[in-house]
Amino acid sequence: MVEGLNLALDQAMAADDRVLVMGEDVARTGGVFRVTAGLLDKYGDDRVIDTPLAEAGIVGTAIGMAVYGLLPVIEIQFDTFVYPGFEQIVVHAARYAWRTRGEVPASIVVRIPFGGGVRAPELHSDSPEALFAHVPGLKVVCPSTPEDARDMLLAAIEHPDPVIFMEPKRIYRAGRQDFPEEPPFDISSADGVTTDYLSKARIARSGHDLALISYGATVPACMEAAERLSSERGVDARVVDLRSLYPLDVDTLVDAATACGRAVVVHEAPRTAGLGAEVSSLIHERAMLDLEAPVGRVTGFDVPFPQFINEDDYIPSVDRILAGCNKVLDW
Amino acid sequence: MTDILAIIGDGDEIPDGPRPQGLSDKALLRIFSWLVLLRTFDERAVALQRQGRIGTYPMFWGEEATQAGPLFACDESDWLWPSYRQSAIGILRGLPASTPLLYRRGIGGAHGFWNPRTYRVAPICIPIGTHLPHAVGLAWAARMRGESLASLVWFGDGATSEGDFHEAMNFAAVFKAPVIFFCVNNQWAISTPVSRQTATETIAEKAVAYGMPAVRVDGFDPLACWSATRQALDRARTGGGPFLIEAYCYRLAPHGTADDPSRYRDEAEARRWRALEPVGRTAAYLRRLGVLDDEREEAARLEASEIMARAVEDMEAVERPGPAILFEPVYGSAMPWTLSEGLSSFPAEWVAGGA
Repeated sequence: MVEGLNLALDQAMAADDRVLVMGEDVARTGGVFRVTAGLLDKYGDDRVIDTPLAEAGIVGTAIGMAVYGLLPVIEIQFDTFVYPGFEQIVVHAARYAWRTRGEVPASIVVRIPFGGGVRAPELHSDSPEALFAHVPGLKVVCPSTPEDARDMLLAAIEHPDPVIFMEPKRIYRAGRQDFPEEPPFDISSADGVTTDYLSKARIARSGHDLALISYGATVPACMEAAERLSSERGVDARVVDLRSLYPLDVDTLVDAATACGRAVVVHEAPRTAGLGAEVSSLIHERAMLDLEAPVGRVTGFDVPFPQFINEDDYIPSVDRILAGCNKVLDW
Repeated sequence: MTDILAIIGDGDEIPDGPRPQGLSDKALLRIFSWLVLLRTFDERAVALQRQGRIGTYPMFWGEEATQAGPLFACDESDWLWPSYRQSAIGILRGLPASTPLLYRRGIGGAHGFWNPRTYRVAPICIPIGTHLPHAVGLAWAARMRGESLASLVWFGDGATSEGDFHEAMNFAAVFKAPVIFFCVNNQWAISTPVSRQTATETIAEKAVAYGMPAVRVDGFDPLACWSATRQALDRARTGGGPFLIEAYCYRLAPHGTADDPSRYRDEAEARRWRALEPVGRTAAYLRRLGVLDDEREEAARLEASEIMARAVEDMEAVERPGPAILFEPVYGSAMPWTLSEGLSSFPAEWVAGGA
């Protein structure tokens, strides 16, 4: 996935000179996860910028650049580090279109490596996506494959609205995927096309007995759970990768729930008021009569993300996902 | 750094400084007409609020010099970043005066907001000091693109306590962004005196820690505000980086129409400061120079009254918008289904709007 993200940045910067990358340690070291590696040499320090260590300043100055007409892509080094920039995102980035008659949206991308599972120090493993999904004016997305990472980041950069781009760091380097290197759309005339990449869920596995709905790093876990359901119970699970966390692709969700009659939502973020609550609610509102059981949730707990020795107790494992599925199947 | 630059005296104890180079009679009259227009806007707005025709309004009575002065030093290409205390600044850049009134009437969308690129005036900032990084980002971007423009950003003494002030000052200095940080130190943040915002003697001295120059000026003196801004802009435009200006004055009016300063400060002190208010003082100064007379002063006041009369008329001609205004300008791209669903939940006859 890191290569996919790097490719997207490279292709966007090559095709559109309004695009620039900024953040802590993004230039000389290429980012702590190397997502921006090689860009400094190619595009220079006016377009690949190591900033002072100040997230409100990074988001805030990027908003000013966007008002000028540039397309800044910000890297927040780790999930929890975004909180000092939260005010700038919520009050300003999210409302710029609203406060300018829709004419000057804050066209920024805020890339946030998020979630646990990499044995990181304390306060490096949060999943804050629901906080952003709750803020009107933002788009919130999360890829789970290298190809989606490339395509969705390209779309996010060219998209007029501010995009919170959640990057599941646990699968940054999990598995390779061959995909056409060519950009999926013409970067120089992306108007209107970008929304498609930032609003549609993906069917990661087809099936008709149970809908497993997730995003980010728990998608591969759901795929594994689906294989085990197939071999252990003969249950054919459909896996839906949300990709867009705001807005949710309601049609794909309702189709899956209607076709399967049973659904389980899986995410790593804490349960209460998480994305799972919204997904579950949408399905119950729109497909109640097609359901054989209430929608289940397998999530993190309502606790601070633990120290890493215990992180596997927190993160939804394949076994926990299977247990959640069995509960819904046996309801 | 405690010296205060002043040009206009008070005709009594404070002597006039030398007439500033580069300001013709015409320019001086133009600055005066701006002061009068701002004053007229402010007084009309307060009256409209008292009559229940607009909502809560944060007046800027007495701070006209801190707005007209620095703005007069700017080029058309420079960007302005007002806080809520400069909510009418756009009218000096061609924004219809009805727009800030409509905003205070509680109407958004195309009525109360504007396209900032049209006037190079950003939307006013409501939270304290959080627009400072935007001013820096824009000026920095322009500098990287080789465009000669600067950002002029206003904020109060209270804003210097905010983290965004620090981050913006620091970014601007590190990247040599052409930004004029214009701090209106009116000594009061609602009920909190400046001594509770900072332990430094001046706001200006904070600049030292960022590696940028600063100057203190009389915030009731439009020519001192102009002169300092002019100097700062000259420096910024030639790659010298940002500049902090502390306009020392006093908040002569309440914080806003819902505030009663007698609860927390000695109003006798406010009355003493009132003798230094900029509009009367500038008029007296210009008369001493022989630039202003009764006829010209009357003409400035009449022009301002006419502009405001039209603005009030235009404001009141706008009917209450329908609920579409809630949804339409939220995104620059097509409305997501979540919003369309909200909009379609209203009966069609409501969506159209009207009184």
